[in-house]
Amino acid sequence: MNASLPLNTASAVDCAPVLKERGQREVFCGLTGIIWLHRKMQDAFFLVVGSRTCAHLIQSAAGVMIFAEPRFATAIMEERDLAGLADANEELDRIVDQLLERRPEIKSLFLVGSCPSEVIKLDLSKAAQRLGAKHGRQVRILNYSGSGIETTFTEGEDACLASLVPVMPELPASAPPNLIIVGSLPDIVEDQFLRLFAELGIENVASLPERSVADLPGVGPNTRFLLAQPFLGDTAQRLKERGAQRLDALFPFGVQGTTDWLKVAATEFGIDLQHFEEITLPYQLRADRAIAHQRKRLEGKSIFFMPDSQLEVPLARFLANELGMVLTEVGSPYLHRTHLAQELAVLPAGVILSEGQDVDRQLDRVRATKPDLTVCGLGLANPLESEGLCTKWAIELVFSPIHGFDQAGDLAELFARPLRRRDVLRV
Amino acid sequence: MQLSVWTYEGPPHVGAMRVATAMDGVHYLLHSPQGDTYADLLFTMIERRDKRPPVTYTTFQARDLGKDTSQLFQTAALDVVERFQPDAMLVGASCTAELIQDDPAGLIENMGLPIPVIPLELPSYQRKEHWGAAETFYQIVRKLSDKSRTRSPIDGRRPLVNLLGPTALGFRHRDDIVEITGLLGHMGIEVNVTAPLGANAGDIAKLGEADFNIVLYPETGDLAADYLKREFGQPAIRTIPIGVGATQDFVREVAALAGVDPEPMLQEGLSRLSWWSRSIDSNYLTGKRVFIFGDATHAVAAARIASEELGFTVAGLGCYNREYARDIRAAAKLYDVEPLITDDHLAVEKAIKEAQVELVLGTQMERHIAKRFGIGCAVISSPVHVQDFPARFSPQMGFEGANVLFDEWVHPLVMGLEEHLLTMFRDDFEFNDHSGPSHLGPGHSAPAPEDFAAPANDTETVWSEDAQRELKKIPFFVRGKAKRNTETFAAEQGVATIELATLYEAKAHYAQ
Ligand code: SF4
Repeated sequence: MNASLPLNTASAVDCAPVLKERGQREVFCGLTGIIWLHRKMQDAFFLVVGSRTCAHLIQSAAGVMIFAEPRFATAIMEERDLAGLADANEELDRIVDQLLERRPEIKSLFLVGSCPSEVIKLDLSKAAQRLGAKHGRQVRILNYSGSGIETTFTEGEDACLASLVPVMPELPASAPPNLIIVGSLPDIVEDQFLRLFAELGIENVASLPERSVADLPGVGPNTRFLLAQPFLGDTAQRLKERGAQRLDALFPFGVQGTTDWLKVAATEFGIDLQHFEEITLPYQLRADRAIAHQRKRLEGKSIFFMPDSQLEVPLARFLANELGMVLTEVGSPYLHRTHLAQELAVLPAGVILSEGQDVDRQLDRVRATKPDLTVCGLGLANPLESEGLCTKWAIELVFSPIHGFDQAGDLAELFARPLRRRDVLRV
Repeated sequence: MQLSVWTYEGPPHVGAMRVATAMDGVHYLLHSPQGDTYADLLFTMIERRDKRPPVTYTTFQARDLGKDTSQLFQTAALDVVERFQPDAMLVGASCTAELIQDDPAGLIENMGLPIPVIPLELPSYQRKEHWGAAETFYQIVRKLSDKSRTRSPIDGRRPLVNLLGPTALGFRHRDDIVEITGLLGHMGIEVNVTAPLGANAGDIAKLGEADFNIVLYPETGDLAADYLKREFGQPAIRTIPIGVGATQDFVREVAALAGVDPEPMLQEGLSRLSWWSRSIDSNYLTGKRVFIFGDATHAVAAARIASEELGFTVAGLGCYNREYARDIRAAAKLYDVEPLITDDHLAVEKAIKEAQVELVLGTQMERHIAKRFGIGCAVISSPVHVQDFPARFSPQMGFEGANVLFDEWVHPLVMGLEEHLLTMFRDDFEFNDHSGPSHLGPGHSAPAPEDFAAPANDTETVWSEDAQRELKKIPFFVRGKAKRNTETFAAEQGVATIELATLYEAKAHYAQ
């Protein structure tokens, strides 16, 4: 069990070799987050103000069309909306009226900015205010940007959650301490964490986002928060501005990460260490057992991460430390130095970190490295497979429950499956 | 602005990608933000292409705006030439780049690149995917066709044709081409060039050598065919060989232009559809109500087959591509239905519901709608899904295509023999209403038990117990219709409570 590895925060983090790339990127934009955010927040609707491309992106990234009228849509701008901002605003108001009439059950409406709406400088925060004044009684109107010129893939969730922070209820200095888990998690994972915190004896635990936007947790000087995802820089910043404190921990992937994440909170909330060990040990052992099945297959195998979701560094740490994989290049669209400090400290030496992308050059490196497994986006997976390289689609890591003790085995299995498949196929 | 949940067509630059990806040695430089790279997955995942689409996205970011986006574009152009060494390069802007007005065409012109460059103007806020593909193909043909290479005298050589329109991500284009090429081969006609699918710059150069063109997919091939007619005087055949009758018409037209004898190709028995359809088991297909929706070309073709070759009743007909609305309107007249021209899938859903049909022939969008209503469905047109790229050979066109259509359209329906048995053994405990037809497999759930208390229409009618019991005896696959009809009838007659007699009076009233 690796859970008690010492965290050497003093290690030479800033010396870790980082390849900074500013070439062509092959990543989704922040609009993509709507696919999982709308499933999580069940009283919210996401209206993208964008182009046909934006609508097509969401539909294509969702892979299969969701079987019902989903809680998202695009207000597709047309030629005449570009004539003048006054017209565009008027049109937007008309669309929102139309939408709210058809979907009266919506309690929160996110106006989501896109590249086109930003380039023409359509001010969605003003629009949200204006529409809020009109529809405020029925629905809360919020806004954020998921545009590709501002956000990369998971940063769309960051922008969305950051837009919720200002409307979280204020908790006074006299309020009892509370803990917020920040990051949209599948319900099953969220419930596991809530049970664990309860077992540990930490009360007042809430999530951002909650399943219903109407139930936003309160925030104040006694609020502590744990990031469940590494890509929530702006959300963390806004929470800090409202007096909350971030608890610095590894991210809750694998036994090591989950244990550390929980332990930091336990320590902060004054939970007895022995009690912590007693409660978490059975979970750790169970997770270790689940992981052990996959270790045989993954140990000693090399892995290359193309930049995708910012989950790359914590996942690489899990795969190296708990499954014995050999890290080659770990690419991330953006490295949040502060939030990742602990993660970077426990990464094995000699890893190449890359930030940003120049996709063709990176593919050259993949071919030169010939890793056993390459984690990459959907546009690249089949082409690499046809060149004989084994791949894992990165997007599955964002859609699947992978956090916490009881998903550690599943997470390992996601990486083991492509390799297992190679082994069994005889065609 | 237009409120949209699902779209039938992507933006026009996706159409351009479909052309570039279909071809060999043509690279597309697209000025666009990073998120637009999603389009690659359409080709690598849905179509399972084993190569990345030949597209380079400049992926400018907010911090580049106003400073060096044009620089970025030019650097990317040089990179493309160096790395991919294409025979020709398309350049254009996506919706966002269109707004920042960098003018890719102007920028590229000044660079003096060593390869032919084709600037594309695809207005993202007016046009859509099909048009984008058609315009791109036309621009390629205009630029790369060699005006000096024209048809040679026929002097004993085989007639030569071009097949125009197939693209990457097209609905069954891969197999249609094989089928039609084979059919033409049997007629002694040779294919000069098939484009864009599988063509390179050299192929485009020799388009003018063909005797005539065959436009298999007007949505993407029409503009190029018009140009070739103007430039080379090549006539074009626009009869789409989908279905037995249409394929026979196609054969006759092709034979006339090529000066060959059509008769050997018109023999009966070339497609099994004719006999399968006349065979006794197909009796039950008579008058089945179908709703047809897709791109105009496939929808019009499907309507003819449904009506003439399977004996269905066309109960709805429409398309999502307005550019071809005229074809749909003309066809709708033949079948005496209201044409539905819309790209709002909610309007299509409403129309399907109202048409009370037993089969939907549509796109993946309609497949979902039909699934929700518990109606059988076969996909006949793009937009496509991974399922629309079957491993097996399954064309839509030609005589083999007709066989495929028979299978694919008829299987979602309850089979004739089976329908008969279902009725006979309705009360058998193993063979009851809720087992559903066996060929739909164990995963296919039978419709949920209906709530008899709730009227199917918004009427105040009540069912007497007798009538309700009788209603349950009607096979489930027609019960919904019987229920609706009876209630409508009762409402019209001002009957408050539906008795046994009302049920049968309604039945008589609606009997055809
Ligand atoms: S990158 Fe911009 S234009 Fe493209 S889909 Fe994303 S928000 Fe829309």
